[in-house]
Amino acid sequence: PRSPQAAEVRVRPVPFNAAFVSRLVPRLRWDALREAAESLGRPSELPPEPSPGYEADEEFLRRLHHVLLEVEVLEGSLQCPDSGRRFPISRGVPNLLLSEDEA
Amino acid sequence: EITSLLSLCGGQFSGEQEIRVNSPFWILNIPSEEMARGLMKRTVCAKSIFELWGHGKSAGELYASLKNYPTDKMLPYLQSDSTYKVHIHTFNKTLTQAQKIKKIDALEFLPFKGKVNLKNPEHVFWILEDYGMDPNDVPEEPIHLYFGRWIADGQRELIESYSVKKRHFIGNTSMDACLSFIMANHGRVKPNDIVYDPFVGTGGLLISSAHFGAYVCGTDIDYNTIHGLGKASRKNQKWRGPDENIRANLRQYGLEKYYLDALVADFSRPIWRKGILFDAIITDPPYGIREAPRRMGSQKETVKSVERSTENHFFVSSSYHLSDIFFDLLKFGAEYLVMGGRLVYWLPIYRPEYTEEIIPRHPCLKLISNCEQLLSSHTSRRLITMEKVKEFKDQDENSYLLDGQYMPYRGHNSFREKYFSGVTKRIAKEEKDNQK
Repeated sequence: PRSPQAAEVRVRPVPFNAAFVSRLVPRLRWDALREAAESLGRPSELPPEPSPGYEADEEFLRRLHHVLLEVEVLEGSLQCPDSGRRFPISRGVPNLLLSEDEA
Repeated sequence: EITSLLSLCGGQFSGEQEIRVNSPFWILNIPSEEMARGLMKRTVCAKSIFELWGHGKSAGELYASLKNYPTDKMLPYLQSDSTYKVHIHTFNKTLTQAQKIKKIDALEFLPFKGKVNLKNPEHVFWILEDYGMDPNDVPEEPIHLYFGRWIADGQRELIESYSVKKRHFIGNTSMDACLSFIMANHGRVKPNDIVYDPFVGTGGLLISSAHFGAYVCGTDIDYNTIHGLGKASRKNQKWRGPDENIRANLRQYGLEKYYLDALVADFSRPIWRKGILFDAIITDPPYGIREAPRRMGSQKETVKSVERSTENHFFVSSSYHLSDIFFDLLKFGAEYLVMGGRLVYWLPIYRPEYTEEIIPRHPCLKLISNCEQLLSSHTSRRLITMEKVKEFKDQDENSYLLDGQYMPYRGHNSFREKYFSGVTKRIAKEEKDNQK
């Protein structure tokens, strides 16, 4: 889990696909996702836990869709929770390479 | 490809005859027409599929076989209120119009009741004649004949519409469209899957998965490629414009909504949180011929960079041994694939030393297929497809590291030298011949 800090965020509409978003839920670290959404200024959109029956909850799925697929960090950084090391994000692409003395 | 697709459509199949390697015709037993259509919606290998009504090694045998085909199975398509057409296709031979008509007329004994409509028939029947594979030795009579009702065509036009020649953003090693569709089919990619390519480059392999409805993401160690910077690989193009990157490639085909993300990362280093993430991993790792395999290491080595990107560049150094790449790839697949998920990748092979044992193995993955593509007389690459059949446990992680039997591929580390050795030998021989 990595806490993003954003200098520049873009929101771009992406067609909503309930089936896909639903499939993603079991593969997400929910706390990390919420924390990330929070640090990007979108705290209230996600509940503390996905509630049972979420597959049929369109409102919930749409919110999740928005945070996962439509909000993008263009410029900013990600931070490793263990080492504190920051990784830059530029033009929407995170760079996770270590420098030669860290490797 | 066909086996993977049929299992994706929920079926098993049995070939009625052994696959004749040198024949474009293949008889299959498929439980339903729906499954056949499902198959054809995905395959780029198969041209068309027919409901077989009869076949034989001579015209006589064909007619006898047709007479044996149950009439009640024929009748639904021969009704008097329907329209039809008979088409004749000869493989490896051209017939005159008169000859074709004669052969079609010979089938008059079939109970056709409907009206002939050449422009827009409801049902199309095909006579298929196989005149062998040798264009220099075409027999008088076909070696095999088939008659059937046309059901569907395959997806071979995708090869043209997704051709790399027209793609906006390519790299040195972009996969051609046909192969990338075959890989997606081997991966049994279905809508709403998540597909990952750890050596994504310009994203060519992801495009075919996105076409089949999967959401795609990729990583690559090369900053320039992911960002679309630097010299373009297309001849006569100076630099990669601001819009050249994986997302732009997807956008070119209207598949942008399937773009999840791209990251710059070193595959030999862990970046993902533990647990299942992907439905399929489809990739073409660097073999060290046109692009050198790299990983982060401790030596300094300057990388030629282009404007705007210097402080985000990191230095690239120690070589990533080929066998380590596959070791990491299989381990990654075992840990991050869903159960039943597939890993599809190319394995470069030095043919004089190849044996089946050399294919990398992992206790959690089962080898599904191994198909060779020749590159030169002494090298080839093999398309390896594996399926996760066992859950990954932490103790698996290192227990087989020391087990030599899982990685006999190490001998191929000098693939690069071996690849070029044939060339240098030939050059030396030519020089020697020239001196005579």
